[in-house]
Amino acid sequence: MPTDTTPPLTAQGIVTVYRRRSGRRVALVALAALALFTTVVIDVITGPADLSFWRVARVILNPSVATTREEVIIWDLRLPVALMAVVVGAMLGAAGAEMQTILNNPLADPFTLGLSSAASFGAALAIVMGLSVIPGVGGLFVTVNAFVVSMLASLALFAFTRLRGVTPEAMILVGIAMLFTFNALLAFLQYGASELQLAQLIFWQLGSLARATWEKVGICLIVLAVVMPYFLSRSWALTALRMGENKAAALGVNVSVLRLMVLAGVSLLSAVAVSFVGAIAFVGLVGPHIARMIVGEDQRGFLPLSALAGALILSGTSIASKAITPGIVYPIGMITSLIGIPFFVSLILSQRKRHWQ
Amino acid sequence: MTLTATALNFAYDTRPILQGAAFDPLQPGELTALIGPNASGKSTLFRVIAGLLTPSAGTVMLGDTDLATLPLRTRLKRVCFMPQFFAANAALTVFDVVMMARKNLSGWRVTTEDMDAVGEALHGAGIGHLSEAYISDLSGGQAQMVSVAQALIRQADVYLFDEPTSALDLHHQLDVLSRIRATISNRNAIGIVALHDLNLAARFADHLILLRQGTVLAEGAPAQVLHQPEIGATYGVDIHITTGPKEDLVVHAYAS
Repeated sequence: MPTDTTPPLTAQGIVTVYRRRSGRRVALVALAALALFTTVVIDVITGPADLSFWRVARVILNPSVATTREEVIIWDLRLPVALMAVVVGAMLGAAGAEMQTILNNPLADPFTLGLSSAASFGAALAIVMGLSVIPGVGGLFVTVNAFVVSMLASLALFAFTRLRGVTPEAMILVGIAMLFTFNALLAFLQYGASELQLAQLIFWQLGSLARATWEKVGICLIVLAVVMPYFLSRSWALTALRMGENKAAALGVNVSVLRLMVLAGVSLLSAVAVSFVGAIAFVGLVGPHIARMIVGEDQRGFLPLSALAGALILSGTSIASKAITPGIVYPIGMITSLIGIPFFVSLILSQRKRHWQ
Repeated sequence: MTLTATALNFAYDTRPILQGAAFDPLQPGELTALIGPNASGKSTLFRVIAGLLTPSAGTVMLGDTDLATLPLRTRLKRVCFMPQFFAANAALTVFDVVMMARKNLSGWRVTTEDMDAVGEALHGAGIGHLSEAYISDLSGGQAQMVSVAQALIRQADVYLFDEPTSALDLHHQLDVLSRIRATISNRNAIGIVALHDLNLAARFADHLILLRQGTVLAEGAPAQVLHQPEIGATYGVDIHITTGPKEDLVVHAYAS
């Protein structure tokens, strides 16, 4: 039985406490947004080329003062990378939050259901076999392959769960089957690959922001702009789902349709993210956990903060990947877990409540 | 406006649960207790009335409306169903989940009016001190009281409670049933409560419906239903009815 040191006795007292908590929730989301802005600024001003904060600020506010070198470094290299970290982090955080919600499983993340292995397999098809799933996409064929195969995997998952019943159990079991299938197929391709192709493939899988361009940032933003409003509009229904299917159904939530629609959204978010930057698994798992520990699972706070936490982690990672060894930019996939895990473990240890059981 | 069911049939695959279940019009402002042994079809009957399960035959009428003609969302707004259990591992507070029930999936914004209503509801239900507790930390009985509060904060024409008192101590059993009864009466709504305790049923209900193997065996005023021989046969016990100190019916059951 939970004990509250000062139990609010009147109805107004209860409301006051809730208001205070809501206020704190808004403040925390604002604080996270501010922190994110700070990391983005740091991300833009750090790098192998030594440019001062004020110089960078001037070049961003007034691009005409930049020398060609500065323009390339800031506008073509650093800004797309910094913003890509933010949008991809937000996509993975939001996708993880909703994956955990619809599967009622705190260990779920966007890749639980084999979406990232599918993407890796797609990329491997391109790198090893030189095969383009969609002809005529030119130099983007690795990315397009990863995206298409990942979406095909989620379509298959869709079809299976329609046949078997849209339950978390069915989704997870079919998802695990897909995960192993694509891993096996990937191993086949790796076995037959040349050393060069293998290196290329592993580099792709490690995940890197270096491939960021303004177009990719734009595409990610469009996907976010399509999927997030849908998730937000289903806030109450998704919150209700956390109290169990029966409860949600009694409130008028069509649980199967909700699960499938949200799965579609999650698939789109993670397929786009993975095909652009490679498999970065940790963000989608931990972002939502951090949000849950801080604001709970009322979706109106949980979803925005999950996205912000994901963006923060990836933005921080982007800085760390440059800072560890000056002059070398490590693939972010390697760094995410290294800097995220100590933080995550400290959060787990400091929390008394365990909602992921 | 009355609630009537006629000849409801329902089967899970080939296992029939409801077999021609029907009851006479239930009057607004009255509380009906649905009684019957385990697996007699009480929960299924509730789900069919709420529209969460579709019967293979039969109709449920609310006033002149055949409920089957309403879209599910509309139907569930008029028929508020409280399921027996809820999963409680979510990081949601009691206030959060009662607010969720009040918002009933519509409107993102929480107004002062909403907050006041939830505050009043929690205070009235005597669970104000749990307002900021996570539902995962509640005991079974506390969770049940939260569930009842979630149902009562919604405005509906029909309220269905599936065993709202099964995890409660004596004091809270009486408290919750009194509140359900008073709310039904104030709102002039139709209320059905599935109960296992025949004494509580006799004490709080205006009307009893006895269900056995998916069929309504008896219905009517508590005194009338409880005195019928079917009741002992249905539960497989010997039943004797006496009058308690406050002119209430007391049900004594003996293993037969």
